[in-house]
Amino acid sequence: MTQTWHVTYEIFRKKGDQPSHFDRFEMEVDPDEYVLDGIERIWAFHDRSLVFSHACHHSTCGACGMLVNGVEKLTCITSIRSVTKDGGVIRVQPMRNFPVISDLSVDMTDFYQRMESVGHQPVVTIGYEDSKGKFNTEDDLLRLSDCIECGLCISACPIAMTTPAYLGPAVLAGAQQSGDLNPCVLELVDSENGAWRCHSAYECTEVCPSNVDPAWRIMDLRKKLVSRRIKKFFGIK
Amino acid sequence: MDKPQAIVIGAGFTGVAVAYDLAQRGLKVNVLERGPLVNGTSGRTHGLLHSGARYAVDDQESAIECIDENLILRKIIPQVIEPNGGLFVALNESDMAYREAFIQGCEDCHISIEELTPRQTLALEPNLNPKLITAFKVPDGTFDPLRLAMGFAASANAYGAEFHLFCELQDFILDGMGNVKGVQYLDRSSNQIKEIHADIVINAAGVWAGEVAGLAGNIDLPIKPTPGVMVAYDQRLCQRVINRLNEPGDGDIIVPQRQMITVGTTSFEADNLDYIPVFDDQVQLMFERGCELIPAIRYTKERGAFMASRPLLDSGTKGRSLTRTFKCIDHKESDNVDGLVTITGGKATTMRLMAEKTADLVCQKLGMHVSCQTAEIPILSYRKFHLAQNREVA
Repeated sequence: MTQTWHVTYEIFRKKGDQPSHFDRFEMEVDPDEYVLDGIERIWAFHDRSLVFSHACHHSTCGACGMLVNGVEKLTCITSIRSVTKDGGVIRVQPMRNFPVISDLSVDMTDFYQRMESVGHQPVVTIGYEDSKGKFNTEDDLLRLSDCIECGLCISACPIAMTTPAYLGPAVLAGAQQSGDLNPCVLELVDSENGAWRCHSAYECTEVCPSNVDPAWRIMDLRKKLVSRRIKKFFGIK
Repeated sequence: MDKPQAIVIGAGFTGVAVAYDLAQRGLKVNVLERGPLVNGTSGRTHGLLHSGARYAVDDQESAIECIDENLILRKIIPQVIEPNGGLFVALNESDMAYREAFIQGCEDCHISIEELTPRQTLALEPNLNPKLITAFKVPDGTFDPLRLAMGFAASANAYGAEFHLFCELQDFILDGMGNVKGVQYLDRSSNQIKEIHADIVINAAGVWAGEVAGLAGNIDLPIKPTPGVMVAYDQRLCQRVINRLNEPGDGDIIVPQRQMITVGTTSFEADNLDYIPVFDDQVQLMFERGCELIPAIRYTKERGAFMASRPLLDSGTKGRSLTRTFKCIDHKESDNVDGLVTITGGKATTMRLMAEKTADLVCQKLGMHVSCQTAEIPILSYRKFHLAQNREVA
């Protein structure tokens, strides 16, 4: 039997040059609904000016990342039950460390460009191993890769908060995943704003909805960079 | 000479593909979308790149469009596609009764199929119901909905098309004769009303196309919004698309994507298209029907349930029997309103073809003699998509 909860959505609002504020919406919800369902209902029935990003509603596209009660969440698969209680509050803000377009939507253009520059592979072989960083070349079947470029890891990263120049977890993990450390990629990742800037807070891995484990990948990328330098020092190809 | 100006309403699959085709043929294109890219029906697809086999018996026109376009999309945008094929699986006598018609239908529609023994099938897909009687291999695939649209939009960008997201159409600008000359819209990110003029406006609003066309006059479109539910499960239990070998029905398709699978779908009629609730009984039905094909779904965590509304063409029949093909309407011909063209219906798989036919009509209306090239040119990386330059980022 479905339950009904009474919750209050507190939504971050920002239009053009006007100062930002929060709007409150009292809602009757099913606790097993997703946070995004409530936001979509607010748009459909209460406030048509609300700006928010979403597309697939089943965690394959990565469009609906937001801050929910202070924590990075992919709102299409985050149940209301998991973030509040009956009579409670759901405070929704745009992701951190991205320019805000309006309300809950952020501009991901630069982030996508960085993913492109490091050569992250959008399609990999079925046997691609998440946590070991190896390709199983025997299988010729393909699948879309695990990273859905939602940006949650960059929003959660304490270092990304200090400077927009830092490439950020998804991008460094993307370089590690692609495995192709050509001179252009090396210049980006083997640098002050690349792999060496990470302070191993592991917040990225904590919030990743796709088990990409960006923090582990950054550590693995460092290992590869060091081994390259050592080999270069001894003149080994 | 200045380029002819076109405005596309809607940035779903149809809108982005039309924008790309028109920009490629030399028009200056502005796309208006009230939300982000593919926020409506297009985004919420299970992502099945149809081989056409699903429709090979009942809707052969659509089936042929699907197989032709399936092969083109694999070629021009492999970056968003899992090209692993699919299986049509028979579990009982009723399924077997469909077998002959299925073989004939696929042959009629030149869809290449191969029948497998249960042993061969289970070697390919070990999680399938071991009681299966027969199975056919078909050239299905899977695509990422957002990235499919972003790819077409990025290619449109490269030819100068501009995407105005979060911009909702308020009204058409009409001349004294009732012909469409431009649009007035609300930019939701700045709360400002703005205008753009154009030589032609293309209504690609999908299930909302009727509402959009209604703003231009007393226009009646033959669209029957037909929502369906889909449920995603948290493990990749199959590598290929799994279809039930039978008439199209509820919960008869399982689509793998990334590390999950999605079971779909149902078919009913809805009134309010802006918010369609996910009904628990339909989620339960997807679970039960999914378990018939892949019993292990019973032990797999649900990851998400969602609803999307197909813009099916109304031919006087109901739900499942509505055609999956599309229609391009010149409102000068049908309603004596010049400057407005509507494209609706169709499948995600046929988006490029829908755009080609629409752009053909637009070019003919504007007296341009340029042919379509979108079937040959590879689509740019989806990561090259960008918003309109005049957007102010707060």
